[in-house]
Amino acid sequence: MSNRSFMQHQAILDLIQGMARITRRHLQDRGITQPAMIGIHTGGVWVAQRLHQLLQIEPPLGQLDISFYRDDFTRIGMNPQVKPSQIPFAVEDRHIVLVDDVIQSGRTIRAAMNEIFDFGRPASITLVTLIERSGRELPIQPDIIGLEPPLADDEHIRLQGPDPLILEISGDPGNRGDA
Amino acid sequence: MSGGQLQTDEQGRLRHFLSIEGFRREQLLQILDTAESFAMLPGRQVKKVPLLRGKIITNLFFENSTRTRTTFELAAKLLSADVINFNVDISATSKGETLLDTLRNIEAMHSDMFVVRHSASGAAHFIARHVSPGVSVINAGDGRHAHPTQAMLDMFTIRRHKGDFTPLRVAIVGDVQHSRVARSQIMALNTLGVTEVRVIAPRTLLPADVRTLGVHVFHDLEQGLRDVDVVIMLRLQRERMENALLPSAHEYFQLYGLTAERLAYAKPDAIVMHPGPINRGVEITSEVADGPQSVILQQVSYGIAVRMAVMSMAMGNSSGEQDS
Repeated sequence: MSNRSFMQHQAILDLIQGMARITRRHLQDRGITQPAMIGIHTGGVWVAQRLHQLLQIEPPLGQLDISFYRDDFTRIGMNPQVKPSQIPFAVEDRHIVLVDDVIQSGRTIRAAMNEIFDFGRPASITLVTLIERSGRELPIQPDIIGLEPPLADDEHIRLQGPDPLILEISGDPGNRGDA
Repeated sequence: MSGGQLQTDEQGRLRHFLSIEGFRREQLLQILDTAESFAMLPGRQVKKVPLLRGKIITNLFFENSTRTRTTFELAAKLLSADVINFNVDISATSKGETLLDTLRNIEAMHSDMFVVRHSASGAAHFIARHVSPGVSVINAGDGRHAHPTQAMLDMFTIRRHKGDFTPLRVAIVGDVQHSRVARSQIMALNTLGVTEVRVIAPRTLLPADVRTLGVHVFHDLEQGLRDVDVVIMLRLQRERMENALLPSAHEYFQLYGLTAERLAYAKPDAIVMHPGPINRGVEITSEVADGPQSVILQQVSYGIAVRMAVMSMAMGNSSGEQDS
């Protein structure tokens, strides 16, 4: 089955605007005044670039490619498009806002947190994802979610971008609602 | 000894790294791109990544080379693999064990990868043909044949300084005849599509078939250096003089030693490379080796990132059963 467009650029930007508001309040409630932000390649970076601007976060945006930390490396091999991870600020004692596009199994976030700790010991990590969907395999939950669309187990949702941003769904919607 | 099929799986992914021969441009570029990511690691608090955690890598060196072995060992450790160093010239073969026996013995210790250095051309290919499925072999220099990771670290260094390969003129100076490094470099440079590869050497230090490698031959250093972007010096081995291929180190330096005056014939922003260890005053002056155009020490650092890339790419694609 072909890809179906689920959400267009402007709607996604509106969603990110809402996420920025909730993130700001979340950080205020916790007394965090000078956070730094890291986006996960590739979709997470696109979302993070906009959030970073909306929240006027001072340190430049960090970017993580978690290819070297994947737990399925020995099965699927090296990602041929691996990009260098760049964190242009000191992680030690810093409050980190970690951004990804979609959270499903939770394994990407596990890998990302391991990599962040290899740069230093952060004071805290707040997880922000554009989409939360079913299929968690690890006890990892986002703090801030843009949207939680009902998806069947066989459906996949992907963020295409960076300009325009488009959310696409592929796969079989047959048993939607089970989750 | 092309090893084309031997080196990659059906999908063209790296299994063994034995020689540059047989690889396409995109495959070499993918090694360089992966190495870029590893080159960022020294800036972090923890310099290791957990990619090869639980894997055993054996450095199988039939010929002594502390520097090469150390960089492979460091690369393996930064990938979180465990490393065994096996120097065969001082142990097994002197007791009459064959190459295959040695191999079987170390395999029984459950090694996942062999990094092989041998004085005989083709030794790494031989081992790659006989290892169990799922075990990878990296050639760390075999006879006069190939030293592909050295060539790739040189390509990485060139790309870091020059960006694009296509407009470049590169001169390789010295003992091409006995150099496995030069052969691998020439192959890599031509595959990556540089404008021109030159070799500059006396006739006695050039292989008879040198022109078939796709190079322009010069016997005069100043002429050969004119307008080049990259100068790669080769190490001159003393035994060549003993074999009467060269009159003396002094005379060699007079004709082929790289001095600041001669380097001035190259482009003003030309870089100077050398696989090390350098013979100061034989193939290169200290003024040039330590000068602003020299990138010799960067080559050593980049060598670790490039070896990490090759090791992890080969290992990621060799773990037996594929499973989606």
